[in-house]
Amino acid sequence: MKAKEILRRIFIEPLIIISRDKAGLIGFIFLLFILLLSFVGPYFIKLDTEVKLDKIYQFPSKEHILGTDNQGRDIFSQIVNGGRDVIIVAFLAGLISTLIAVSLGSLSAYAGGFTDTVIMFITEIILTIPQFPLLAVLAAFVRLTNPTMLAFIIGFLGWPALARAIRSQVLSIKERDYIEAARVLDLGRIHIIFSEILPNMLSYIVISLIMAMTGAVYSQVGLIILGLVPFYGHNWGLMIQLAWTRGAIFYKGSIFYILSPIIAIALFQWSAVTFTRSLEGIFNPRLRAGE
Amino acid sequence: MAREILNIENLFVEYSNIRGKVKAVRGVNLKLYKGENLALIGESGSGKTTLGTAIIRLLPSSGYIKDGKIIYKGNGNEYDISKFNEKDLRQFRWKEIAMVFQSALNSFNPVLKVWDQIYDTAKAHGISNRSFVRERAISLLRYVQLDPERVINSYPHELSGGMRQRVLIAMSLLLEPKILILDEPTTALDILTQRNIIELLRTIKSDMGLSMIFISHDLSLAAELADRVAVMYAGAIVELGSVEDIFYRPRHPYTLGLIKAVPTVTAGFRELYSIPGSPPDLINLSPGCKFAPRCEYRRSECEKDEPTLVEVGPDHFVACIRHKEINNGR
Amino acid sequence: MEDRAIIQLDHVSKSFTVRSGIFGGRKHMQVIGDLSLSIGKGEVLCLVGESGCGKTTTGKLIVGLIKPTSGKILFEGKDIWSMNNEEFKNYRKAVQIIHQDPYSSLNPVHRIYNILSAPLFRHGIVKSKSEAEEKVLELLDRVDLTPPRDFIYKYPHQLSGGQRQRVAIARSLTLNPKFIVADEAVSMLDVSIRLSIIELLRRLKEEMNVTFLFITHDLAMAKYFGWEGRIAVMYLGRIVEIGPTPRVIENPLHPYTKALLMAIPEADPQVTRSKKPMQLRSLDIPSLLNLPPGCSFNPRCPFWIEGTCDREVPNMYEPEKDHYVSCFLFRGK
Repeated sequence: MKAKEILRRIFIEPLIIISRDKAGLIGFIFLLFILLLSFVGPYFIKLDTEVKLDKIYQFPSKEHILGTDNQGRDIFSQIVNGGRDVIIVAFLAGLISTLIAVSLGSLSAYAGGFTDTVIMFITEIILTIPQFPLLAVLAAFVRLTNPTMLAFIIGFLGWPALARAIRSQVLSIKERDYIEAARVLDLGRIHIIFSEILPNMLSYIVISLIMAMTGAVYSQVGLIILGLVPFYGHNWGLMIQLAWTRGAIFYKGSIFYILSPIIAIALFQWSAVTFTRSLEGIFNPRLRAGE
Repeated sequence: MAREILNIENLFVEYSNIRGKVKAVRGVNLKLYKGENLALIGESGSGKTTLGTAIIRLLPSSGYIKDGKIIYKGNGNEYDISKFNEKDLRQFRWKEIAMVFQSALNSFNPVLKVWDQIYDTAKAHGISNRSFVRERAISLLRYVQLDPERVINSYPHELSGGMRQRVLIAMSLLLEPKILILDEPTTALDILTQRNIIELLRTIKSDMGLSMIFISHDLSLAAELADRVAVMYAGAIVELGSVEDIFYRPRHPYTLGLIKAVPTVTAGFRELYSIPGSPPDLINLSPGCKFAPRCEYRRSECEKDEPTLVEVGPDHFVACIRHKEINNGR
Repeated sequence: MEDRAIIQLDHVSKSFTVRSGIFGGRKHMQVIGDLSLSIGKGEVLCLVGESGCGKTTTGKLIVGLIKPTSGKILFEGKDIWSMNNEEFKNYRKAVQIIHQDPYSSLNPVHRIYNILSAPLFRHGIVKSKSEAEEKVLELLDRVDLTPPRDFIYKYPHQLSGGQRQRVAIARSLTLNPKFIVADEAVSMLDVSIRLSIIELLRRLKEEMNVTFLFITHDLAMAKYFGWEGRIAVMYLGRIVEIGPTPRVIENPLHPYTKALLMAIPEADPQVTRSKKPMQLRSLDIPSLLNLPPGCSFNPRCPFWIEGTCDREVPNMYEPEKDHYVSCFLFRGK
């Protein structure tokens, strides 16, 4: 009985709500497809590393549904195997920026006074530094040996704008009557921030997390394309860089090589952003109550 | 006096939302006579504001007229407002029927001065002669006891609530409408300001001979200004009559309940009686009288068919099967 | 009276600083000016006034949501802002507030159970979920949300305005308060619902011996709820008249109170249409940023005495027993 109830609340209700918004539903389906492809797909479709000089720049066929690259390797297998790292780095980076933004933003708004002034001063300084050039410079200095490291750097630079938005949200919720009531009932600061204020911003925070993820995708792919992140492995960013540096634009047949990762990235970004439309509903108890 | 200017026939208005169809107005029949003040009284969700906005066809986008007619009789012709297209409506609103909305602040664009708003309104209805509009605006602002030169160059937020309400009333008179609909014209105002607006509306009526429809949850506004009162409950009119009939000889249990629930300041201390329960859900309406679940006169028949308005006295209509037993007034 | 007072305000004033325009300097807006008031145990005091008169600020000062700029607020004889931790905790539990808008006073993300049990757990009144559930059911029953099991696991948006206000009242009762500030607690509700909430508050006052500060703009409601108590009329941050409710309503002394009573629209056509409102000298309420010198009602008052009313602030005079008025017309009476 209990397990059934939990199942219903965590899986079934959100699905019902997602299905109400058509655009959100389409986003959700595409997102699910890309995630499955990138995380489950590699177990079935191995990355094709074998150079086949007789099959360079082939157009899509039954055998190679997205054609082949400059060394005759299957592009589809590269797409399937190239998403995981991009998505993991994006998720980690988004999570880190969101966590920092939520803690600093809500602390700043709730504490007020001197704390607020200091936090906002730091936030504004970081906000004024142009992000991408700084990332580029940092990437040149820090030895980026693994994706986690990259995620941390992107995450630590990505929070200020969100922190400011969170701060203003907390400031407005702080003034509501139910917060006053909680203060008069002496429920304590911790309770007020975590139990009264933040749950009201949950949809906003999750949407911001997804937005931060999409930002992180562009940051890392940008760095990889510029060749500033020399980490090993295989990913969509690297595919674009390779296609580019191997002169893909000079060959008519290379269009699938360069377009495939670009479309994969764009599709991921688009479906994530579109999916956020449904999130509003999932966290809104008004819609959840199952009426 | 008894010439009708507006005739609402069997009007149904609905809103659609996620949960279903909200039946906001259900089969309203109502006439407005030339030069009279009609008050639509009801609580939130009674359909009074929906009825008012349907007359001028300014329903929110989720709302629509499902059935019925709104016949306007003016200039010797009859028009069905419910069949108007956008172009007809532009010709019609403000010139024939104007509406003053509840929230005086929200009715203004905060970044435009009062004069620009007045002029924009006039232009939107085909009058673009600046000096003519200005002259008329100034005389109307003076008429509503405002300092025209000061007000016309002010931004809305620089005016007090009462001043804004007076500006809106002045603006609504700009194109000399025959009918003025006022949605909660005094609700958010202070007592002294309320009194001032009430006096102003009284003057306007006697000077211009307009027909006015007041929409309010406040019985005292009806007591002040109305000639006739329509009491609405759950989207339908449950009682309609002269102001004296409604306040001194109510025949519907709901009207009686309302009057017994409202405190007064003059005339000593009087015990009041509350109406139990709360209004019904307008999406899933049960058959029968919608007030029955809260009614102390309820009988089993009440839950079968919804009673219709019957005449119980001269121009006094009640929708209750037990109206004969409710005639002691207060 | 003094020794039985539960709440006392001792020369309390409250100003806010507001910035006017981008280059304008900071200005002081005096919302409450030199307010002294004593509320006895078990009493009902109705604080009546129009918007911006400072009645809500007075309520917030009393429940300790904001600090006064000067003066003291005493709870059972102790200044609340110089209490030690334990005393302040007791004060917090004893003095509660019911807000005006039942749509913003309940957190939309919590179920009724969570809203009502949070203070119970926090203050150690209940220890386990089953205890809490029992206590919450009891509270819901007390505010007539019956059967309570139908309400306990609902979200606020699933309730009507009147039902939400009952939940808000139940929440104010969780810690067994001695004093409740009801800030326009019924003015957002429909006419037919309003009275049932008033009756509920009356019953709680009897059953639990709670002292009420009933803040309202509605004189008729104040009269009805506070017939056996007192009414204080506020204008621009000061109390201009205070006395037993029947006396203030039937024999108003201050010109402002008189003006209100003569102007108030009532639900009786004959009564209300025969009212002859007082002709004020000005329709506009002075700005709090720029209060007139002397009595703040003087620019509007038809009875003003030039050279007196616009120079000095009148004291409180007591022309009849327990009925005080701050107006020079009653000096020496």
